[in-house]
Amino acid sequence: MSEIIGRVWVFGDHVDTDQIIPAERLVSEYLDHSGDYVFEKVRPGVAMDMAEGDIIVAGKNFGCGSSREHAPRSLMQAGVRCVIAQSFARIFFRNSINIGLPLVQCSMDVEEGDTVTVDLDQGTIESGGRTWEFPRYPEEIQAIIDKGGLMVKVREELGCSE
Amino acid sequence: MKKGKTVAEKILSRKSGSDAYAGDIVEAEIDYVMVNDVTGPIAFKEFDALGCEPIREGIVLIPDHFVPNKDIASAQQALEMKQFARRHGIDNYFEVGRSGVCHQMMVDEGFAAPGRLIVGADSHTCTYGGLGAFSTGIGSTEAAACFALRRLWFRVPETIKVELTGAFKGYACGKDLILKIVSDIGVDGATYMALEFGGPGMANVPVHDRLTIANMVIEAGGKAGIFPADELTEAFVHGRARGEYQAVHPDPDASYTRVLEYDLGDIGPMVALPHLPENGRLVDEVDVTIDQAFLGSCTNGRIEDLRIAADIIRGRQVHPDVRMIVVPASPEVFLKATEEGLVADFVRAGAFVSGPTCAACLGGHMGVLADGERCVSSTNRNFIGRMGHKGSEVYLASPAVVAASALAGRIVTPDTAKEVGA
Ligand code: SF4
Repeated sequence: MSEIIGRVWVFGDHVDTDQIIPAERLVSEYLDHSGDYVFEKVRPGVAMDMAEGDIIVAGKNFGCGSSREHAPRSLMQAGVRCVIAQSFARIFFRNSINIGLPLVQCSMDVEEGDTVTVDLDQGTIESGGRTWEFPRYPEEIQAIIDKGGLMVKVREELGCSE
Repeated sequence: MKKGKTVAEKILSRKSGSDAYAGDIVEAEIDYVMVNDVTGPIAFKEFDALGCEPIREGIVLIPDHFVPNKDIASAQQALEMKQFARRHGIDNYFEVGRSGVCHQMMVDEGFAAPGRLIVGADSHTCTYGGLGAFSTGIGSTEAAACFALRRLWFRVPETIKVELTGAFKGYACGKDLILKIVSDIGVDGATYMALEFGGPGMANVPVHDRLTIANMVIEAGGKAGIFPADELTEAFVHGRARGEYQAVHPDPDASYTRVLEYDLGDIGPMVALPHLPENGRLVDEVDVTIDQAFLGSCTNGRIEDLRIAADIIRGRQVHPDVRMIVVPASPEVFLKATEEGLVADFVRAGAFVSGPTCAACLGGHMGVLADGERCVSSTNRNFIGRMGHKGSEVYLASPAVVAASALAGRIVTPDTAKEVGA
């Protein structure tokens, strides 16, 4: 689906993967419910207030630090359906695309709790009557997102059934 | 007319069978994919859900972060790796005792070699650029995809050229240079980009220093840090690399987004203050007392690092207020250090020495810091809480500065340590 409508959570610059999900939660026993612990050290309690369909709006270098894929996975488990940031760290970007979490590179000013509509096909964001534009992904990356992540693509290539 | 290519463009072109330039997205064949005990379990789960056979020869499994198992949760996790290796008949699994920090193992065991394309589910996979490989960190799901297909998508990066002249003086070394570069361009100064080293000074940078420098390009957001292979590289990998490899050099007319120039003779001993690697200062400009000195990790846990530290420490005593912890990065390093008598030097000086593992580098075990404690460390990251309590502090420096500081009880150069008779 190319349109995402959701409620906004606002964050600043250089949000690192340790802030998103701390090292103590990197053991397997947390894998299926790590969404309950997102931002636990920097914004305690926020995980419980996040709901299905929410959107994060942040500054530059979002997702910097370690390669832990637990970071975008935990955000998805917390309900986050899209992250909009001025820029992203490289491995976080790849991890998100590969597991099907859309990232949008755009500098925008909205308030926490606002509702925004992101149109991934058109490359536009709308909120409270204002609009922003963002560069769309190259074809190859869009194809991974459209399929719902890298493993779906791998399955197709291997000819495995679901 | 065809444009010239950088090393990154050449390796990704060759491995993808295409004529690729910066900005292109390619699907490339990879030589090896590595995962460790923290990133492995997600990859194993994703891979097993495919229900197919892995391409065994390309897979390397190295437990290093939380081993020897530090608690029950990490024991379960390490077991998942062992079971995955057994289930799929993967030979390149390194059990504790034959294992060490994953990146040093990739070098020691000859997986890393010039011209190769290597990925690893660990952000410091960029280390092997020190040998002229294109290597970069990926996520666990991508690692699972590589287990199955042995190929992956890459965006061909733009490249920053780093021109080196001169030679290091005194105790200055590769660690000081990379701390200077990260401080100059900032922690996101090379995001999505490769750094390619060259110039007449490169011949004066030994291979172990090149590995240290390439290791830390991720601290500037970099995708890869590449030292095109030369005679020093060849001498290092000869007889060590597994299988064929090929040195790759940039074209003279390759295009770079930016050129940085450094005279190695101008580089002095550096220390990066908490809580970002870009906070580099000259050691002589700081006055900081310490509680711990850590020597080890994929950045500076090699035999040359231990030798220089042992030379400084030999016959002296670690400061009464300081714990010094020495962790060789691999069994090969550990064995050499033992045979050369370095382990005895450290123990006589009052330092703790352990077998190879990541240890305190990521605050896992063996040297976790308490609230308010300060550590001078030969590692690569000084983020808040990186080595323990969120009220602790990590100061990044070279092995020589770590050793000198352990003697003096505060962060100093080896020359100052001598002057004060520490
Ligand atoms: S030594 Fe430190 S930086 Fe290197 S792989 Fe281990 S935890 Fe990561």
